[in-house]
Amino acid sequence: MLTPVVDADGTPFWEYAARGELRVQTCADCGEPRFPPRPCCPHCRSFDHEWRPLSGRGRIWSYVLPHPPLLPDYAEQAPYNVILVELADAPRIRLVGNLVSEAGARLDSVPADRIRIGARVQAVFTPEGLPQWVLERP
Amino acid sequence: MAPMAVLKDATAIVGIGQTPFAKQLPETERALACRAILAALDDAGIAPDEVDALASYTMEETDEVEVAKALGLGGLTFFSKVGYGGGGSCATVAHLAAAIASGQATVGVAWRSRKRGSGPRPWKNTTVQLPTPAQWTRPFGLLRPADEIAMLTRRHMHEYGTTRDHLFNVALACRNRANQNPAAIMYDRPLTREMYMTSRWISEPLCLFDNCLETDGALACVLVSAERARDCRRTPVYVHSAAQGLPAQHHGMVNYWNDDPLTGPAWTAARHLWKHADLTPDDIDVAQIYDAFTALIPLSLEGYGFCARGEGGAFTEGGALEIGGRLPLNTSGGGLSEAYVHGFNLITEGVRQLRGTSTAQVPGAAACLVTAGEGVPTSALLLRN
Repeated sequence: MLTPVVDADGTPFWEYAARGELRVQTCADCGEPRFPPRPCCPHCRSFDHEWRPLSGRGRIWSYVLPHPPLLPDYAEQAPYNVILVELADAPRIRLVGNLVSEAGARLDSVPADRIRIGARVQAVFTPEGLPQWVLERP
Repeated sequence: MAPMAVLKDATAIVGIGQTPFAKQLPETERALACRAILAALDDAGIAPDEVDALASYTMEETDEVEVAKALGLGGLTFFSKVGYGGGGSCATVAHLAAAIASGQATVGVAWRSRKRGSGPRPWKNTTVQLPTPAQWTRPFGLLRPADEIAMLTRRHMHEYGTTRDHLFNVALACRNRANQNPAAIMYDRPLTREMYMTSRWISEPLCLFDNCLETDGALACVLVSAERARDCRRTPVYVHSAAQGLPAQHHGMVNYWNDDPLTGPAWTAARHLWKHADLTPDDIDVAQIYDAFTALIPLSLEGYGFCARGEGGAFTEGGALEIGGRLPLNTSGGGLSEAYVHGFNLITEGVRQLRGTSTAQVPGAAACLVTAGEGVPTSALLLRN
């Protein structure tokens, strides 16, 4: 499986995720969250930022079901889901992830017919610190 | 004088050239580039040593030095490369037009040579393909452009009732035109609705026939001033308007992190394109719209103003994209059914339509929209004869 190739701006996200926390970069001056992380706030141009903790709640905005040809580790689980989660605390931020039956489960662990745009989901984390998502009402 | 009045109809495409298209061609990308450029110069009746400007894509592997020394070009005073893959196609011509109109050069060549058919699939190279923002997408199995665009497609279907039949209409129009074009990869392979609906998935909701071809081939075109164009051997095809488009807070093909992911770069390019044109969408006789995926067509139809937001799927109904329809589309077969060479074949087909020499000629075509890839920083041209 591919692991995140992290850049300097993104490092804190993954450090918090490794501790089981979902946080987004937020401007320390005007309070606007931004994603992906970057050096400067596009709203007020401040370089000061903090990492705001989120509830981890969201709704599925869209999803796809990839089929081969895929990289081998992914082909083995295909068709699996990739969902886009609109965060309850920051609706303009839609995180790419996987809907799973429980933290650490395979990418195909939720049947495709259970996936609906608008469904409420909650962030969980794999032992490796990758965020995943489970249905609030499975 | 307003700045864009300098560009409007100031330059013209006077030569086009291409190699054969195939899944695998024996020659190198460099050799194919040279053949396409020489063919375009021959079509224009302009000697290679008169070329003083070049433009291509940042993803083009053959650089200006190689092209210039292999073909014996003259001294170059302008050369430019445009980024973002297929989003750069029309911008190569736009940059040459700006250079020629502003006096930086006199004879420009734009080209693209690519062995995407027999070469590696770019998304399989995990070391090259994992810079940011891929850290936010690829670990989760969103690996390929098809997956990234399928995400927007599903949302468009959800919000606006776009259907697989709408996407089939796009695939069918392109295939029907390819069936008229002996140079097209899919010349002798008709497409039926049953083939489409029963084909294998690539990334649901996109199936095999929603995806472009994988092609080896090269194309080029030659641009000169309108004044010089009148003395060339072919009917001049004027660059009436040109634009690039990178919207505020756009994120490339994973444009998921702003107010409205479905308002893509086409909208930004379109505002500039029409603002500086004497034409409106109603004046366009034929369109060559970038079709790496069928779903880019509804998004582009909305962005370039052929219909309202959300109506791009419905626009394809009733044969609208066929010859005789409201907007004949990709009349050489496009990336879906002629060849996928980062959209450069859409430019050359736009030129053929306005010369009256297309294999699927729209009678009396006088204005053609050509677009580059939607979903990435893009570009577009309005061509007229």
